[in-house]
Amino acid sequence: MSTVNVDVKLGIDKFFVDEGNAHIILKENPDKKELKKLINGCPANLYKLRDDGSVQFDYAGCLECGTCRILCGSTILEKWEFPQGTMGIEYRYG
Amino acid sequence: MSEEDSFDALIVGAGIAGCVAGYLLAKEGLQVLVIERGNYAGTKNMTGGRLYTHSLEKVMPGFADQAPVERRVTHEKISFLTDDSAMTVDFQTGRASGPGETSYTVLRASFDKWLMEQAEAAGVQLVPGVRVDELLVKDGKVTGVKAGDEELEAKVVILADGVNSILAEKLGLTKRVAPHNVAVGAKELIELPQDVLEARFNLEGNEGLAWMFAGTPSAGRMGGGFIYTNKNTLSLGVVVGLEGIGDSPKSVPQMLEDFKEHPVVKPLIKDGKLIEYSGHVVPEGGLNMLPKLAADGVMIVGDAAGLCLNVGYTVRGMDLAVASAEAAALTVLEARKSGNYSEAGLAGYRRRLEESFVLKDLSLYKRLPAFLEGNPRMFTAYPKLMVGVMEDLFTIDGTPSLPLMKKMRKRIGDIGFMNLIKDGLAGVRSL
Repeated sequence: MSTVNVDVKLGIDKFFVDEGNAHIILKENPDKKELKKLINGCPANLYKLRDDGSVQFDYAGCLECGTCRILCGSTILEKWEFPQGTMGIEYRYG
Repeated sequence: MSEEDSFDALIVGAGIAGCVAGYLLAKEGLQVLVIERGNYAGTKNMTGGRLYTHSLEKVMPGFADQAPVERRVTHEKISFLTDDSAMTVDFQTGRASGPGETSYTVLRASFDKWLMEQAEAAGVQLVPGVRVDELLVKDGKVTGVKAGDEELEAKVVILADGVNSILAEKLGLTKRVAPHNVAVGAKELIELPQDVLEARFNLEGNEGLAWMFAGTPSAGRMGGGFIYTNKNTLSLGVVVGLEGIGDSPKSVPQMLEDFKEHPVVKPLIKDGKLIEYSGHVVPEGGLNMLPKLAADGVMIVGDAAGLCLNVGYTVRGMDLAVASAEAAALTVLEARKSGNYSEAGLAGYRRRLEESFVLKDLSLYKRLPAFLEGNPRMFTAYPKLMVGVMEDLFTIDGTPSLPLMKKMRKRIGDIGFMNLIKDGLAGVRSL
């Protein structure tokens, strides 16, 4: 089985990224058990652990599904809101 | 803003429910505003998926002749998968279906856009590209919405803002969605030449296929895989319950990737081109996550109210969204006559849902979410059992054969007879 590369898939999608205005902010040094939920659950695979154990997160490829909010909105997320109007994912097919 | 120039109804979200509610109200001459955060209706929306037409047919008879639907579903398949095998139930009928019995595969960006065009033609004003930040509440009554610095007032607000209805949550109509009440879906839209797609799936003309997969696609967790055929694309994905997802050995995107590698699926998507990747949360809690449906000056419809019904072999949401929008629209018309938009004045919304299939069906299947959630055997042992029995039936290796009952008994023994009986009874009772 090959390891999935979601970044390549997201590269096909159309995004209007609200540069400099993150609609999701992950807390610093998040609890690892909570983080694992997001690593597994986020369909865009935006939550990652680097090889050195540090956390990587970027809101830019967010599909706005709310999975992370549902799983960790009250634990390791500092902020979750929908992107401002016109911003974020724009499905061309849906 | 004075009472006179406030809107008759203000709808948040231009998905199926928002568009239909707007359409029905504008048709009756009401001043209706729909506010959508995407650049046009449909840009934030996705489905597996298929639309069962009965409820939309009721409010827009013959819509499918004009609407951008993909294929009429004529082929139904359900497969139970292990890592390398599949046992499939295949149903196909040549019987012509009545208008309300038909279902179509759809893609939401084009479908919702079309639906909103119908609503606009009926008189709806659409404001796209605007996120509603808050509801305006005066003396406990919702009086409008706030977007940025702008405030807009209306006699009634309909929340059609999807499964993560932060607005309903802030108002106390719903609680924050709990992991055990939802699943996450990840989908690839895979393009194939139309003739290749039709040949691979045995489709003629406008025929279409809906295919559900249980077992390994969701790595044994609550959920499954799906394939829907569109005109020249496949909607292929997995849906996985969020409860306990942190303990899964596989991530959701990895489940989707592995599903595509399954020997039953791989040849079907060979040389297909990925043209979109999408994700969405699906309400699955049924009646158990039903919110307070109305309060003073406000109603909540569609996914925002958790109105979805997944019983395994059928997955429904859009037809419930349409019906809830119709019920809400009729309730607004009723409230308009009496001038009473209070919670009591809007009580007809719940009553209409109770009298319709929406709450009747959700009540009928109210035990199912808990049964599936609490029973991993449904997604692990039973697919394995079915595949195992098939292997026993079809494998000839020269060793003397055993009677069928003996073979079955051995397979069932792996699960335990008591478990089988228990699950059988509980399962049947929940359906």
